[in-house]
Amino acid sequence: MSATSGPLPLGFQGAAPAKPTRPAEPDNYLTHEKGILSWIFTLDHKRIGVMYMVLVLSFFALGGFFAIALRTMLWSPVDFNANPAHAKASYDLYNHFFTLHGAVMVFLFIIPAVPAILGNFILPMMLGAKDVAFPRLNLLSLWIYFTGAVFFSYVLLSGILHAVFGWNIPGGWSLDTGWTFYTPYSSSLSQGAVVPAVLGAFILGFSSILTGLNFIASIHMLRPKGMTWFRMPLFLWAIYSTSIIQVLATPVLAITLLLLAAERVFGVGIFDPKLGGDPVLFQHFFWFYSHPAVYIMILPAMGVISEVMVAFSRKHIFGYNFIAMSSIAIALFSFVVWGHHMFVSGQSPLSAAVFSLLTFAVAIPSAVKVFNWLGTLYQGDIRLTTPMLYAMGFIFLFTIGGLTGLFLGAMSVDIMLTHTYFIVAHFHYVMMGSTLFAFLSGLYYWWPKMFGKMYSETWGKVGLLFVFVGFNLTFFPQFVAGSRGMPRRYASYPVQYQAFHRMSTAGAYTMGTGLIIAGLTFAQSLLRGKKAPNNPWGGSTLEWESTSPPRHDNFEHTPVAGDPYDLHGIEYDPATGGWFRNPNAAPAPATHGH
Amino acid sequence: MAEDALTSEHTLVAHQFEDVAQQREASTLGMWAFLSTEILFFGAIFVAYGVYRLRWPDQYRQGSLELKWYLGAINTAVLLISSFFMAMGVHAAATGQIKTLIRNLLWTIVLGTLFLVIKGTEYYLEYEDGLVPGVAFKMEKPSESAQSGFARAFESFEHWISPVAKNRGETHRRSPQEEQFMMFYFIMTGIHATHMVIGIALLSWLVWMARRGKFSAEYHNPVEITGLYWHFVDTVWVFLFPILYLLRNP
Repeated sequence: MSATSGPLPLGFQGAAPAKPTRPAEPDNYLTHEKGILSWIFTLDHKRIGVMYMVLVLSFFALGGFFAIALRTMLWSPVDFNANPAHAKASYDLYNHFFTLHGAVMVFLFIIPAVPAILGNFILPMMLGAKDVAFPRLNLLSLWIYFTGAVFFSYVLLSGILHAVFGWNIPGGWSLDTGWTFYTPYSSSLSQGAVVPAVLGAFILGFSSILTGLNFIASIHMLRPKGMTWFRMPLFLWAIYSTSIIQVLATPVLAITLLLLAAERVFGVGIFDPKLGGDPVLFQHFFWFYSHPAVYIMILPAMGVISEVMVAFSRKHIFGYNFIAMSSIAIALFSFVVWGHHMFVSGQSPLSAAVFSLLTFAVAIPSAVKVFNWLGTLYQGDIRLTTPMLYAMGFIFLFTIGGLTGLFLGAMSVDIMLTHTYFIVAHFHYVMMGSTLFAFLSGLYYWWPKMFGKMYSETWGKVGLLFVFVGFNLTFFPQFVAGSRGMPRRYASYPVQYQAFHRMSTAGAYTMGTGLIIAGLTFAQSLLRGKKAPNNPWGGSTLEWESTSPPRHDNFEHTPVAGDPYDLHGIEYDPATGGWFRNPNAAPAPATHGH
Repeated sequence: MAEDALTSEHTLVAHQFEDVAQQREASTLGMWAFLSTEILFFGAIFVAYGVYRLRWPDQYRQGSLELKWYLGAINTAVLLISSFFMAMGVHAAATGQIKTLIRNLLWTIVLGTLFLVIKGTEYYLEYEDGLVPGVAFKMEKPSESAQSGFARAFESFEHWISPVAKNRGETHRRSPQEEQFMMFYFIMTGIHATHMVIGIALLSWLVWMARRGKFSAEYHNPVEITGLYWHFVDTVWVFLFPILYLLRNP
């Protein structure tokens, strides 16, 4: 493929960031090759990242649409006695809606969001490398994701479309088990398309495994001269920890789903008590994957926050080693806390107590991160750009999500709060309030690098305001409703909870509006955005030493890495509106460092 | 680009790597990471099997007694010998002896295929014995007259090598837990066999590449990492064989 690349414009060869006068637009990864096939068969990690972005965000829109649909159904309770048949149909539809929302958001959005989009695009560039270690495996992972995601969403949607519009779609059953596929409901009772849905999740797992494997090999092998393990940007530590979980936990889900499918097809008991199986074993296996998966969702998000904090505080990260090691600690802890999902499922009191204790322990590395971010902010030269505001929103919401997690890790409190809206609020604060905020923070932060265009700060912040207010309006009342006994997964409720539900629904619409504004901001940037300088934020990691957008092989000369957060000598150039590393800067003061 | 790097003689190194050594180390690391995925993949089903085996030791023992342990033993030998040829193949590749490499790869393929043939025979005999869960599971062992001559031949061979076995099987009533045992047996050996098929496909691809002169002492990481995979699949069988076939005495 390299044979097709045109010669680079001469003016580009010696272009220093300080003198951005280029005679012609230099070749970049977007213009390097033309045609749809050059995208489908590309091995370029940047194009793969962009394709992931388009796909993952489409499925985010699908899952989001059904979140709004759910909240709309919950605006008023359904009076069962008025029309039982109608109420039953409505309940069924509600079950399909929340299953679709949960499954799509978990498997198709949050798990791949930060690693597959930002990780693919940024990780090799942070390493000063030309690509990931195995580019073809990377492309395969994208194809598997595409196949699995289309199949999975088809399965989940078909029955809903049939129920709502009366369309006869082959295989139209949808799924009503929730994203957790709990047995025995999923193994013998549910009328839903359990086996096809399980197959879809199984396929998607491979995409996740292959991406994780690729990142592990890339981080081990492709670090440039001067980048020791403890000189890696913290985003890479976060992705590395995530990849370990992806590689070690996902196969357990794969085999569990395979056993579930086999049980359903052959009718031989493995997890179904009626057939001699053990449903609690399913829960053990399921959460052995799905609890670590929670950290697949949050760890890369934390990595984004570390990068954004440095760039917009103009200050070296505070406590580098602690943040790096806390990522590894969270990854390790993640494998030994799954039992806290099962306090009411029938565990021995001893194992429940051990799981509870270990769960509390996770709070330590999480808090280490939060305090170190705050330490980075302290006395920094803070700029409240859109990515920075999202990052601050992350810290705020993650703190609420994390602390309410401690309530649920305490056995006695959990027994009261489990299966209520308190849980729903808790994990949305962590999954959505934290991961989505960090994802958007990272997307705004790296957007100029990815597409070479600036976005509108004003509209970015307007969108943020709606998302932040809407988010809290949606989920904060759910803490209250939950602690007052509103059970989760119910299609209807007693009127005493109506005020909370209406607040939530209003919040969902507000948040939806904010996300649409964010989407339009990005679209406007692509169409009419100001040209982005190479380093619009003054970031010190290697990806900012490339052009915006990067050239096909990322760097003209392989950059040499030093301390990733050495901001010394990075100066603002009013002529380009960007920053550059001034080689003639005065020597660093002696007090600098971590 | 990576595409050219693997197919042309002069650039063996993909553009993201600095030299052959780095590329080789990366692919080896990648394969080890993949094998750790595989360990957890098989590990989970071993745990599930262990949980139920401890819960119903007698029924699972009855299940073990119905398996053709001697076929499993032969297969173990076949697979271990195939691993020997694989190791010799990797050694040949590392020393640049391409003809020896191809010969060893072909022996590995032959033995891998033989394993699958024997496994298939076992599956067939288990079908005749009414041991296929969910589809053709019978609560009692079918009488000898109901079986084909092929199956009867194995039956009498079994009685000949292990006279004690005469007293079991015919009269005992099977239990749902035994069906569950067979379920695990088929899933575990089935997944293993799937890995074997993938391994044989990879080996065939290696032979094709080797014939086209793609490998040398300098560049042979595909041989090396396929070797790792093949040995891993063997190792899984080394665990499957005793826990399924050999845990049969009270």
